[in-house]
Amino acid sequence: MRIALFVTCVGDTLFPEAGRATVEVLERLGHEVVFPAEQTCCGQMHLNGGYRRDAERLGRRFRSLFEQCETVVAPSSSCVGHVREFVGLENVFELSELLVSKLGVDDVGASFPARVAYHPTCHSLRVTRVGDAPKRLLRNVRNLELVELAHADECCGFGGTFAVKNADTSSAMLADKCDAVEGSGAEVCTAVDGSCLLQIGGGLSRRGSNVRAMHLAEILASQ
Amino acid sequence: MTSFPEAARVELSNAQLRTNLRHATETIRAKRIGVVSELPDWEELREAGRQIKQDVLANLDRYLVEFEEAVQAAGGRVHWARDAAEANDVVAGVARAHGVQEVVKVKSLTTDEIRLNEALADAGVRAIETDFAELILQLDGDWSSHILVPAIHRNRNEIREIFARTIAPGIESNEPADLAEASRLYLRERFLEARVGVSGANFGIAETGTLVVVESEGNGRMCTTLPPVLVSILGIEKLLPRFADLEVFLQLLPRSSTGERMNPYTSLWTGVTPRDGPQELHVVLLDNGRTRALADDVGRDALHCIRCSACLNVCPVYSRTGGHAYGSVYPGPIGAILTPQLQGIEQAGSLPFASSLCGACYEVCPVKIDIPRILLHLRAKAVEAKASRGEKAVMRLAGWTFAGAGRFALAERLGARLGGDRPIHKLPPPLSAWTRTRDLKRPARQTFRSWWKHR
Repeated sequence: MRIALFVTCVGDTLFPEAGRATVEVLERLGHEVVFPAEQTCCGQMHLNGGYRRDAERLGRRFRSLFEQCETVVAPSSSCVGHVREFVGLENVFELSELLVSKLGVDDVGASFPARVAYHPTCHSLRVTRVGDAPKRLLRNVRNLELVELAHADECCGFGGTFAVKNADTSSAMLADKCDAVEGSGAEVCTAVDGSCLLQIGGGLSRRGSNVRAMHLAEILASQ
Repeated sequence: MTSFPEAARVELSNAQLRTNLRHATETIRAKRIGVVSELPDWEELREAGRQIKQDVLANLDRYLVEFEEAVQAAGGRVHWARDAAEANDVVAGVARAHGVQEVVKVKSLTTDEIRLNEALADAGVRAIETDFAELILQLDGDWSSHILVPAIHRNRNEIREIFARTIAPGIESNEPADLAEASRLYLRERFLEARVGVSGANFGIAETGTLVVVESEGNGRMCTTLPPVLVSILGIEKLLPRFADLEVFLQLLPRSSTGERMNPYTSLWTGVTPRDGPQELHVVLLDNGRTRALADDVGRDALHCIRCSACLNVCPVYSRTGGHAYGSVYPGPIGAILTPQLQGIEQAGSLPFASSLCGACYEVCPVKIDIPRILLHLRAKAVEAKASRGEKAVMRLAGWTFAGAGRFALAERLGARLGGDRPIHKLPPPLSAWTRTRDLKRPARQTFRSWWKHR
């Protein structure tokens, strides 16, 4: 299948490794990945910040770039949710969702020797609704031990501009999330959203924790 | 109003509060899940609730008149109040007409919203809160921090201490049963002496003029049945078209709010009944900003709210900050969309931003209010009304940059100069808000775009 990659603005600049891993996994499975070079941002940051007109402009721009593609993949459930709900495109999928629900793959032939905690991000649960797709993929990764994360479905406190505008509350939420991650015995905390990993990873790093934050795509690409 | 981030900072520093809140909200959450998951038609019930409320708001003009006529036909008097002052005047007027210095009150958010107790005090009338939690707060000059459990932020030691200072001098026990007994001894006298009772209402039935109060303690029923005069105040959005609609809401409300299949006391009254209960009934229909919310085609859904508080209990923000940070009698996610609409966005512009948009509130709302959607809608209004010039400039610049791939790539190349493996520990304001508690991952030395081009 020919699959267009929307790498997202955060993915392009802060998590290029997740984008590269997405390409690697899909190509390994025999798919062709294309990258529409004109892409930038879906506009979610502007919508969430209260700048609706800018968001609409970026949404229209996104639509014109991607609506002709048969299938679009993004390594971010949050951006996918925004594109579906606000831009109104149906052909855009989060990576794990694409693999499990659309391509019928729950074993990508990966191997990753580590104890891993999976943080189900809010938008993957309640907007994009990827269900248990990420966990199904993780369970089939060789040598990976999936550990339970307490209060897993509770927000990490990122929330876009919320993390800065309401930094104290955001940090209180993050502290609880980091406690849960560290208490899980995991060596790696993974998720399907770079932005949440920015928050969780930033919190763990500040604590001097040994737990690393890593995008799901990277684990799936590991062999 | 103090902005949410400022107020939250104060509340967050209270470790005891956070422990209390976490324990209380988790307990109610678990109970709710239990009783909701046992109903096979829960989703259909939610949808029915949503549709009924939508119909009420779409035809409110008709239902209000129908309700007024039904109340009058049953022997009650209806008063229309544009705002808090008009509503408070009605109650003060009734108290004055009967020459009373004291009224007993049912727990009611609406009366808190209009600050009835303060208005009555100014008129020389003492309002006695009879809900156990409301009584505790009143005795201590404190105010509610949760829609359903107003004193969620206080523990039993504090309650014993408050009672010892006020209604139960010398009380030594902090056992719940002993504290309840102390309040019972105090309140029973008030009930028997009171000649005017004041209540809110969970629902008003347009078809019959019936008012409904659901509660756990039975103290509400004391107030609505013992005093010979009763004043009931309800927001105009509290109507339901038909008596039969209660079938839906009396399932949705207790399961969502206390996590019970049925609440212990459901009181219904229609006008006055000779020789039974109050012989004089005043019903106050309150606007106080509701028609303004109704005029907003996105925001109006907030008026569907039946005040169950399920959204508070699942909210990761509320469960850290508690209710006082929201600066209103309506805290939590519902408060973040209701308060700015009732008071005006200029008054409460920080509230729509007091959410990480995690969506947990929408998931549990028994009448399916899409709270995240309304938050976004109100954020746009708040930005129009009062965003700083600096913020607007930054967001415009970002928007302009994203609108062209060349510009974006250039910005990325500039960012990549900061690139590296070691995280950033300190940034200047406003981003210092991030680095105060978190490191920041550096931009990659090579963007994805660049990697793709050269692969």
